[in-house]
Amino acid sequence: MIVNEKIAIDHGLNNQEYKKICELLKRTPNLTELGIFSAMWNEHCSYKSSRLHLKKLPTKGKQVIQGPGENAGVVDIGDGDAIVFKIESHNHPSFIEPYQGAATGVGGIMRDVFTMGARPIANLNSIHFGSTQNKKTKNLLRGVVHGIGGYGNCIGVPTIAGQTSFDSSYNGNILVNAMTLGLVKKNKIFYSKATGINKPVIYVGSKTGRDGIHGASMASASFDEKIEDKKPTVQVGDPFTEKLLLEACLELMSGDSIIAIQDMGAAGLTSSSIEMASKGNLGIEINLNKVPTRETNMTPYEIMLSESQERMLIVLESGKEEIAKNIFHKWNLDFAVIGKTNNSKKIELFFNNEKVSDIPINILVENAPMYDRKWKKAKLPKKNKIKKINQKDMNIIDVLKKILSNPNICSKEWIWQQYDHTVMGDTIQKPGGDSGVVRVHGTQKAIAASVDSSAVYCWAHPLTGGKQVVCESFRNLISVGAKPIAITNCLNFGSPEKEENMGEFVECVQGIAEASKYLKFPVVSGNVSFYNQTKDIGIKPTPSIGGVGLIKDYTKMVTMDLKEIGNIVLVIGKTEGHIDQSIFARNILDEKNGPPPEVNLFNEKNNGETLLKLSDNGLIKSAHDISLGGIIVALSKMCIKGNKGIYLEKSKYLMNEIDYFFSEDQGRYLIEITKKDQEKVIDILNKNAVHFDKLGTVNEKYLYINDKTKVTIDELKTSNTSWLNKYMSK
Amino acid sequence: MKSAVITFPGSNCDRDMDVALKKFGFKNKMVWHGDIELPKSDIVVLPGGFSYGDYLRCGSMASKSKIMKAVLNFANTGGMVIGICNGFQILVETGLVPGALLRNKYLEFICKNVFVKINNKQNTYFKNIENDILELHIAHNEGNYFCTSDQLKEIQDNQQIALNYCSQNGEVEKKFNPNGSINNIAGVFNKKKNVLGMMPHPERMIDLSLSGEDGSLFFNNLINNIK
Repeated sequence: MIVNEKIAIDHGLNNQEYKKICELLKRTPNLTELGIFSAMWNEHCSYKSSRLHLKKLPTKGKQVIQGPGENAGVVDIGDGDAIVFKIESHNHPSFIEPYQGAATGVGGIMRDVFTMGARPIANLNSIHFGSTQNKKTKNLLRGVVHGIGGYGNCIGVPTIAGQTSFDSSYNGNILVNAMTLGLVKKNKIFYSKATGINKPVIYVGSKTGRDGIHGASMASASFDEKIEDKKPTVQVGDPFTEKLLLEACLELMSGDSIIAIQDMGAAGLTSSSIEMASKGNLGIEINLNKVPTRETNMTPYEIMLSESQERMLIVLESGKEEIAKNIFHKWNLDFAVIGKTNNSKKIELFFNNEKVSDIPINILVENAPMYDRKWKKAKLPKKNKIKKINQKDMNIIDVLKKILSNPNICSKEWIWQQYDHTVMGDTIQKPGGDSGVVRVHGTQKAIAASVDSSAVYCWAHPLTGGKQVVCESFRNLISVGAKPIAITNCLNFGSPEKEENMGEFVECVQGIAEASKYLKFPVVSGNVSFYNQTKDIGIKPTPSIGGVGLIKDYTKMVTMDLKEIGNIVLVIGKTEGHIDQSIFARNILDEKNGPPPEVNLFNEKNNGETLLKLSDNGLIKSAHDISLGGIIVALSKMCIKGNKGIYLEKSKYLMNEIDYFFSEDQGRYLIEITKKDQEKVIDILNKNAVHFDKLGTVNEKYLYINDKTKVTIDELKTSNTSWLNKYMSK
Repeated sequence: MKSAVITFPGSNCDRDMDVALKKFGFKNKMVWHGDIELPKSDIVVLPGGFSYGDYLRCGSMASKSKIMKAVLNFANTGGMVIGICNGFQILVETGLVPGALLRNKYLEFICKNVFVKINNKQNTYFKNIENDILELHIAHNEGNYFCTSDQLKEIQDNQQIALNYCSQNGEVEKKFNPNGSINNIAGVFNKKKNVLGMMPHPERMIDLSLSGEDGSLFFNNLINNIK
């Protein structure tokens, strides 16, 4: 087939990009080469619309060993240990084929982590579905949950935390973001930079099939009516093979055979080989006849663009082929020497003794397009004048029950019970808390991780929303007694070619950058997923932030369940009564306009750091950050988890109860302390200028607001836990 | 006391079991599925996981693996063999314990704490254990124990039912059955009671920071009984 502009456009390239390829090559590419360009230059691999803006993110810090640009980020947790982590999207495949899409999302992110030499120790996920009224939602949710479980459970890595939301903007484009954390010794981290010439390039893992061809290009396009036709571009996962690959790679990594290693993820053999060569400023030649294939008569084009799962590319030290081969054969995996490094600085492919591709690597990588897309700045919406009359007649308990059973607030136990969250024997905080926590095996240390996103706030005002979601991640770590270290982000947005969507992206990134800089909570890895839309409508901007923190002594970990009758609960941080964009405003008042709550970075940092002092001194008995639903929802969850009630003090606040209880002001937490420690705690709070209110005293089984307004915790529990079960069993 | 844990390529609770056994005083050895001999052991453990991927019936391929010949031999000559979760699935596939493990009734993987009632203490596994009820952890997709009515009568008559899912207070009722297993069965013995298969994971309950500590009771009792 002779390549022309039309074929280039079918590959997702535009006219200018095609023209540029011909100019750079000084000839017309052949079909294989065009495929390679389309794989390297699509949005997913080249970050062509986002690169310019991602530079704003702070990526350095005292504990950062490796920032963005590698398979995953790495942070130092002391004693020679490091944590490798990253979050990645698998949105489009999951919408087309929820089980396989989600499963391979989990598989892909785990490979990114163990490629660097780390054994995965925890998985997390952030999943977003359309309205619960939407016909597709239930099946998509079921499929995605089964897929995440099916893969993670089989490998034997606990899924310790996650987030699930429902919003009609995801009706035609769900989001599946998977995150993995791995543990590695600082001096045994592996990178993807190839060095040295004439080094053997080896292929290990599964055989290459025709699945997933052009997966990365699909991820860079928006959906239309022909979406069903795209099923063959969804990869098929085999967690058992991944488990073998994991063990085999770690076994080989314990020696000194590997120079560079890269998993074959998006754009398969193409991007892995090119990235390794590019980072090492080398050339690479591959004999495609040597690549183990699953199907007959595969063409060079298909071999290079397949996204078959569970494969790795390794540059070995010369002479280590036998050692490596024995290990992979022990684990029943394919092993093949398929090429070698050289100093040509080109990617040269051979098939049936013919050269089928000859492209200088720099033109694929450095000359990849970069766009400064037009974007529109969002205005801060005006505050709503919410009618106080409406609120007067409201029964707080009824409203509370309604909110507790809201799909975005209710207990997600139906989901996380399907994930093995206790395998590996180190999970000390299970899903359902502020963060999941796993011990660093055999030590006193523990790692906390959470994943958050606040699409509604980002949609209302992207800059504020971007800041808010970083702060929420920070708070979720603080709430379990962990010192926040760094974040990974998965930026899910609509089309960058639309000014509004691009504006959302630019300003959310700006917000993330400001907050993570201020909080010294740098971004060490991440991914961008654009074109999340169906037809012309983009999703609500949804940056997912995965936060990681360290607990030096795991016996000091804090959980959110109320502990003891007679203890006191304090609200940390100031309540201003910001109702706009709250769950209350959106779902009870049906008011969708207005600005999100303001973010005060000074307060976030100061409140958080002060709470860490308290938890380090063992003064916090339980804690929970105040987020969706406000004080009363946070409190109810603490009551439900601890199976205890609370007697609220007579209000002294200068606003009505509804505003006080349901507002979503930022920078706030609830903490439980003993009466005995009260003075000490208040002293520390005062010394650090942290605002607090006394909320009430823990009692046996009632949430008691006043004589007329009280409810048993059992009733609240029923509201909170029954919705999702009922929904899924219908 | 010496123990051996078999590692199949897809085992994923083998390390957890190794940690648990050592914690309670066993000298444990890991044994590769491709080996043909067992080290000298007082007890052999088939751990949880996905032995060979379990794309075929769970445990069926593992039951034909090289090491299983040695394990069968060991069991048939009176050696203690315990299979947990996938290990239980392997045991039913080898026929060492009766019955079959079907997919969970609600067709979903379940990971949570459950209570089990110890049904028979006249054996080396549960002799002298003070508690009648243990809180253990399950994590499986195929734990729905099934057997024919004849088999059921036989295992009842021979007191081969080791554990039943129950409430915190020991009531063995349908509503406390997490996976649909017949008569709430969570674990069964072979006739001689030297082989035990069970779905719950005691090795995940050996420390208060984890899901609980009842697994410690199990292991402590076990090593004392073997001594």
